[in-house]
Amino acid sequence: MSNQRPIRVLVAKPGLDGHDRGAKVLVRAFRDAGFEVIYTGLFQTPEMIATAALQEDVDVVGLSILSGAHMSLFPPIMQALKAVGRDDALVIAGGTIPEEDIPAILALGVAQVFGPGTPLQVATAYIRDHAPQRDDTV
Amino acid sequence: MPGLSAGVLEGDPRALARVLTLLENGDDLGLQVMDRLFPHTGNAWITGITGPPGGGKSTLVNELIRHYRSQRLRVAVIAIDPSSPITGGATLGDRIRMTEWHDDAGVFIRSMASRRFGGGLAQNTLAVAHAFDAAGFDHILIETVGTGQDEVAIASLALTTVLVQVPGTGDGVQTLKAGSLEIGDILVVTKADRPEANELARDLRRLKTLVFDPHELAEGWQQPVVKTSALSGEGITELATAIANHRAWLQESGEIETRRIAIASTEISSRVESALRARMLDFRDNRNGDLHRLVEDVVSRRLAAHRAAERILHELR
Repeated sequence: MSNQRPIRVLVAKPGLDGHDRGAKVLVRAFRDAGFEVIYTGLFQTPEMIATAALQEDVDVVGLSILSGAHMSLFPPIMQALKAVGRDDALVIAGGTIPEEDIPAILALGVAQVFGPGTPLQVATAYIRDHAPQRDDTV
Repeated sequence: MPGLSAGVLEGDPRALARVLTLLENGDDLGLQVMDRLFPHTGNAWITGITGPPGGGKSTLVNELIRHYRSQRLRVAVIAIDPSSPITGGATLGDRIRMTEWHDDAGVFIRSMASRRFGGGLAQNTLAVAHAFDAAGFDHILIETVGTGQDEVAIASLALTTVLVQVPGTGDGVQTLKAGSLEIGDILVVTKADRPEANELARDLRRLKTLVFDPHELAEGWQQPVVKTSALSGEGITELATAIANHRAWLQESGEIETRRIAIASTEISSRVESALRARMLDFRDNRNGDLHRLVEDVVSRRLAAHRAAERILHELR
């Protein structure tokens, strides 16, 4: 039964950039891929993202960032997720992230970084293939 | 599994979140956890908030959270949004109005997709509410899918139902219509800063004077009409007071027992119905040949549809 349930994805816009068109495109694409998408809006702090991931029990956290502040925002986000026990979620990131920053982001525990121009199908297929099969114990 | 139920009872948010998922999915493990949680339920006050999309339900819920938190009461929110009839996916966006409580352990917000259940609810809404109840939340606010004139299911699982109406969406005749308007224990006119708000509130108030028997007016619960504005903060305390008054009235009049009996009966029959539906789907999938023969008989008019249904029902026993 639990295998057939929709994948739950949190789409979060951390930090101070007000450009949410990309995030909205993702919400729409994920919805159309059959996922249940929780969207929390702009200007999310690491703690807000962690609380939403915890309470909503999401399988996947998608971070959309266009401000260039990813190197300062991603470490506290990963720490906040760990602090609430949600470092088991699949974390993916997208937006304007330069190639040279990707290794450091992956080293934080972010599973995949999708740069500008990534086809939506690539991101949805990635989630389908990699969303954790969570066993039903804590 | 004992770990999960103990976690919920001890207030561990991680265990609670996990249990909510299991219950939402109708998972067997979730039901075993519920066996242990159920004796601890029955203490929370469950308020349903229903009304049209974009009517201000989430904003109202956020303001109610603020009110209850100022009294140090713990609040859980179940926010339901529709699932796609095409892909099954959903955009759950009610939380966006409630992000300010992220560092408050006394507030827990959970979004649910309707998963095509219908009536403005998700199938296992009440099971999720039971888990919050067992976890010790004082108030559980259930925000339905944006509804229209005919979705009344929330009234059969909430102790108090708040019906939101939006100004500027029709003339006074709309307030005469049957359906949703009848199930609101409290009527709220949101966006009261708009010019049409007074007119709508007047029409809704006038509605209850249009009765044949003047004694009817003096008996029972008097459905209050509250105007609220998130811009000015108007009406929130009044709404919370109306909810408290309704609760007090249910308790003093003894109506609370009637309502609790109705809620329990609905939950039981709804579970029986969904189990029967699951068996029917199972029959369709696994005994397709038998089903096909019955269908052919109906198409060729050798058998009436209701008799074919009867035969399947007999098989499902």
